[in-house]
Amino acid sequence: MANYKELTVNGLWKNNPALVQVLGLCPLLAVSMNTVNSLGLGIATMAVLTLSNLSVSIIRNIVSDAIRLPAFVLIIASFTTVIDLLMKAFTYELWQILGIFIPLIVTNCMILGRADAYASRNPLLPSLYDGFIMGLGFALVMIVLGMIREIIGMGTLFDGMDLLLGPVAADWRIVISEDYSGFLVAALPPGAFIVCGFLMAAKNAIDMKIEEAAKAKRGDVVKGSKRVRTTGTIS
Amino acid sequence: MAFLRVTSPHDHIRRDTGDIMRLVAVAALPGLAALTLFFGWGNVINIIWASLVAIACEAAILKLRKRPVSFYIKDYSAVVTAVLLALAIPPYAPWWLTMVGVAFAIIIGKQIYGGLGFNPFNPAMLGYVVLLISFPIEMTSWPSPANIAGSTPDFVESLQIIFPMFASVPVDAITAATPLDIMKQNTSLTTAEFYLSEPVLNQGFLVASGYEWVNLGFLLGGIFLLQQRVYTWHAPVAFLGALTLCAILFNDGGSSASKGSALFHLLSGGTMLGAFFIITDPVTSPTTIKGKLWFGGCAGVIVFIIRCWGNYPDAVAFAVLLMNLCAPTIEYYTLPRTYGHDRSRRATEKDDS
Repeated sequence: MANYKELTVNGLWKNNPALVQVLGLCPLLAVSMNTVNSLGLGIATMAVLTLSNLSVSIIRNIVSDAIRLPAFVLIIASFTTVIDLLMKAFTYELWQILGIFIPLIVTNCMILGRADAYASRNPLLPSLYDGFIMGLGFALVMIVLGMIREIIGMGTLFDGMDLLLGPVAADWRIVISEDYSGFLVAALPPGAFIVCGFLMAAKNAIDMKIEEAAKAKRGDVVKGSKRVRTTGTIS
Repeated sequence: MAFLRVTSPHDHIRRDTGDIMRLVAVAALPGLAALTLFFGWGNVINIIWASLVAIACEAAILKLRKRPVSFYIKDYSAVVTAVLLALAIPPYAPWWLTMVGVAFAIIIGKQIYGGLGFNPFNPAMLGYVVLLISFPIEMTSWPSPANIAGSTPDFVESLQIIFPMFASVPVDAITAATPLDIMKQNTSLTTAEFYLSEPVLNQGFLVASGYEWVNLGFLLGGIFLLQQRVYTWHAPVAFLGALTLCAILFNDGGSSASKGSALFHLLSGGTMLGAFFIITDPVTSPTTIKGKLWFGGCAGVIVFIIRCWGNYPDAVAFAVLLMNLCAPTIEYYTLPRTYGHDRSRRATEKDDS
């Protein structure tokens, strides 16, 4: 029986595809200059990952080991084509902005990685859930990255969300400061690397804090803090 | 009879990092004097403001990293970074521009990598490039030199241009194209013709009014640093030599497509500041003699290429960053022969002979 709680923790935090495995950097860094692009590509990636994990899990006992990778790639490519056509049909402007990065979802190593590492060895439902939660972890990091870069680079937030969500989102645009001319480097590729690095550092810092707190709670003896005793019990 | 055993280095003058940094700051004075004479008080104010920001950033990050704050502040490296950046940016850059550049240089350019000695890139040039690609308009607004504009803003006016929130009425600085801009944008006139038509060029003594004296000032400072043996002649001479050679090779005698004479390239833009204050940075350049020659020479060629065929008018910062990236490789291939060996050895060579 799969442990869904563990899958959730792994996908969103402990084994996050973007911050820990550092997979799929190409779309993560190239597209995340604002929130709407990040959200669009994040959802697309998540959908492809979920569906491909599902399909790979279904055929896992039929396809032989020797040809499994081409088979997986074919499945991923089919779903990517579906998503590409869907986005072209319903969010045409966003599809134009994202351009080559939608077809490039095929080459996102995170998707093939999950297909081979998890879906090809596990039953249907856990695979489906793993694909969904890993995709969500990736999309969340991408959205946070996009929001930070949009605020620093352009001085706005949620600009052009109507491209993805329709006219409802047309007035979501928040202007942080009226006379902010924009810090262009954050919107350019170097900014993506720098912000992504800071996100990783923040995650590691939080992990270290948690571990320290857990250590203190367990009451671990700090090395050298106590002298060796000759009486009593040694724990 | 007892012999004192002394190991190398056999320096006669004991200098610590702080002494060297102070010497570099002092050597920048002639250049700063020329800048002040021709462009007003802007650079002086910028240097003071940039130094304050640099010290604040350095102290904050050191505190965050739990390092001794006063020990590292006293080595003056943050101040030198701030001074070099403030000398490179236009004199009347707004206060926030200087602040962003210096903060980026100190925090991301230096402290993120582990502080002085661990930074692969020259922090001042990193800050400069970030500003240049983020705020191209502010970063290319140079004022007219004093003898063209007639006068320069006085001290209070300069303060009000840089910190506009303290001005009751907005004060404007007059901006004009720099000689490198003019040379780059000229497509129809021969060199002799547009030297006649552009006051910034024909009011000059050698190549261009104001800018030539700034460069000569930095040259003087550089000669002082060479005389003090803060660094050796190899990198600056290779840099200036390569730039001169390129300029001579591509100088077509002054047609409208001319790239400018060798003297023009040596005495305009940031050439001398780069040659004597930037590429000689001991942290981000190779330590071997041959390596320094390669480093300076390649930087000179890149400066010429970007100046003539690139999108930006000046290129010292880009050239230095590109060469910083190559410095470890250059060092690897230029290891000197050590005493007792008959040939130089690779850094990774196993000692099994």
